[in-house]
Amino acid sequence: MTLRVDLAQIAEWVAPKSRVLDLGCGDGSLLAHLRDAKSCHGYGVEIDDDHVARCVKHGLNVVQQNLDAGLRLFADGMFDTVVLSQTLQAMHNVEGILREMARVARQGIVSFPNFGHWRHAVSLLAGRMPVTKQIPYQWYDTPNIHLCTLRDFEILTARVGLVITGRTVLAEGRPVTVAPALRATVAIYRFEAR
Amino acid sequence: MSARSVGVVTPQTMKFDAPLELTSGPSIAPYELAVETYGRLNADCSNAVLICHALNASHHVAGVYADAPDKLGWWDNMVGPGKPVDTERFFVVGVNNLGSCFGSTGPMSIDRTTGTPYGARFPVVTVEDWVHAQARVADVLRIRQWAAVMGGSLGGMQALSWAIQYPQRVRHCVAIAAAPRLSAQNIAFNEVARTAIRSDPDFHGGDYYAHGVVPKRGLRVARMIGHITYLSGADMAEKFGRAMRTDDYQFHYDVEFEVESYLRYQGDKFSEYFDANTYLLITRALDYFDPARHTGGNLVQALAPATAKFLLASFSTDWRFPPERSREIVEALIENERDVAYAEIDAPHGHDAFLLEDPRYHRVVRAYFDNIATEFSQ
Repeated sequence: MTLRVDLAQIAEWVAPKSRVLDLGCGDGSLLAHLRDAKSCHGYGVEIDDDHVARCVKHGLNVVQQNLDAGLRLFADGMFDTVVLSQTLQAMHNVEGILREMARVARQGIVSFPNFGHWRHAVSLLAGRMPVTKQIPYQWYDTPNIHLCTLRDFEILTARVGLVITGRTVLAEGRPVTVAPALRATVAIYRFEAR
Repeated sequence: MSARSVGVVTPQTMKFDAPLELTSGPSIAPYELAVETYGRLNADCSNAVLICHALNASHHVAGVYADAPDKLGWWDNMVGPGKPVDTERFFVVGVNNLGSCFGSTGPMSIDRTTGTPYGARFPVVTVEDWVHAQARVADVLRIRQWAAVMGGSLGGMQALSWAIQYPQRVRHCVAIAAAPRLSAQNIAFNEVARTAIRSDPDFHGGDYYAHGVVPKRGLRVARMIGHITYLSGADMAEKFGRAMRTDDYQFHYDVEFEVESYLRYQGDKFSEYFDANTYLLITRALDYFDPARHTGGNLVQALAPATAKFLLASFSTDWRFPPERSREIVEALIENERDVAYAEIDAPHGHDAFLLEDPRYHRVVRAYFDNIATEFSQ
C-alpha cells in the first residue's frame, strides 16, 4: 500500500519506536505504516463504521468516537506524537482539539487543505464557492466547516500557545517553496506546546 | 462465503474430582461441567476460542440438538461456518458455568454428603471461580492458550477476568457490552429480582426442591424486570407502543397492553426452565465482580497484569451496560499501553443488541477474528 503523500510527510516527522495517536485515522494506513515500517505503537480515533472495521481487520488499535467529544480517554503526555490529518477543517471546536493535542503528546502534527490557494480566490472572484480536488464539496453539503489559510492557522497556533517547529506545503503532492500561501493545496505543520 | 449453522451438536459432561477452591471460602468436589465444542482444534492447539455465557444462557452456543431441532444455540448468529467466529477456522468451546442449571453442578444437583439437592447450601461462586473452572476445561482439552476468550455482558466480564487471572493463557480478549463492575443501579435491579424470588412462598429458603414446588411467581417477576432493562425505551416503544389487546379500555388488571402480554409470556417461559437458586447465584456473581476491588478501586492497576489484545464493543442504546462503562475499560487499557480496539455501535436494541445480528457489529467482530486467524497456521 502506498501512503498518501501528506501521510508520508507526516510519517517522516514521527520517530521510530515512538508512541503515536492518530486522530481521524481513517482506514488506518498511517498507523499501519508507522507500525510496520517504524515499529511505532499507536492508537487511532475514528468515528466511521467502515473505517473502524478496516482498522480492526488490520490489527490496529482504534477507538470509535467523535473527536469533538475530546480526548478524555488519553492521559496527559502519554504520546510522543499526535496526528490530525485532513480533519481539522471538519472539527466543531478547533481550538479545543489543538489544546487537547498539546496535552496528550509532546509533538503535534496537523494537515489541512489550504483555503488560500489561488484557485479558490479565482472561484470566489467569479462569484462561486470553490469546489476543488482538496475541497470537493458544494457549500451546502460539506463537512468542512472551519476552512483556513496558512496564515490563519499560524495565528491560531500562537493564540493557543503552540510553537510551530516545522512546516511542509504541498501542491499536487509536491513540496512548494515559492509563494506557498497561494500555491499550497495541502499544508502540514508540526508543533509543540510552548 | 455463505454462513451456515454448525448443525447438530452433542454436549459432553466433564467430571472433575480435584476440589475447586472458591473465592467465598469452601471448596467444591467433585463437580461436573457441561461443555460443547464446534470446529476442529488444530495441531498446535492454537485456534481455540472460549465463549463465556451471561445470566441465562449456557454451553449451548451454536447449532441444534438431534432431539430438539428448534433449540438453536444462543449465539448461533455469531458462531458457525462462515460466521464472524468462523468454526471452519476456529475451535470454539462453550462451558455451562458452575452453579448454572443446564447440566453443570449447581443448586439443583445432588450434594453427595447429604444425598439431597444442594439448594440453599450451594456455595456462592464468583466470576473468578468460573474462570478457574473454565481453565480446567481448557486443561482437559489440552488448550494451553486460547486464541480468544469472548463474551457479552456477564460473559464479557469473564473474558476480562481471564485476561487478568491467566494472562499467559489468553491472546485476545473480546468483551461485548461489558462493564468493569456493576453500578448501584445495576445492583439495585438485581436486588429487586432476588427479592421477588426470595419472597415467593414457594421459595422455602432455597430448598423448594424438597417441597416439590418452584418459586415461579418470583422467577417471573425477576425475568420481567430483567427483560425491561435489556431493551431500550425506544425499542419497546417501537415494538409495543401503547398497543392494546382490545379496542377499548376494559377497566381491569388483567392484560390490557401488548407490552404486558409480552412480559408475562417472557416471565412464564423463563420460570418453566430456569432455576431460581441459579438466578440468585448468577446475579450475585454479577454484583461481586470488581477486579479493581483488590487495587483500591484502580482499574488501571487491576488490568496491569493483562497482556492480551482486546476488542471491546458497546451499543449506543444499552442503558444496562452503556458505552461509558466500556470506555472505562478502554481508558484503563490505553493507560496500560495495551492493544485495544473499541467499537461503539449505533444500534436501537439496548443491551440485547449483543445477541442480535447487526451488520456493523458483526462486521467488526468478523474483522477482529479474521486478523486473529492470520496469527496461527490453519
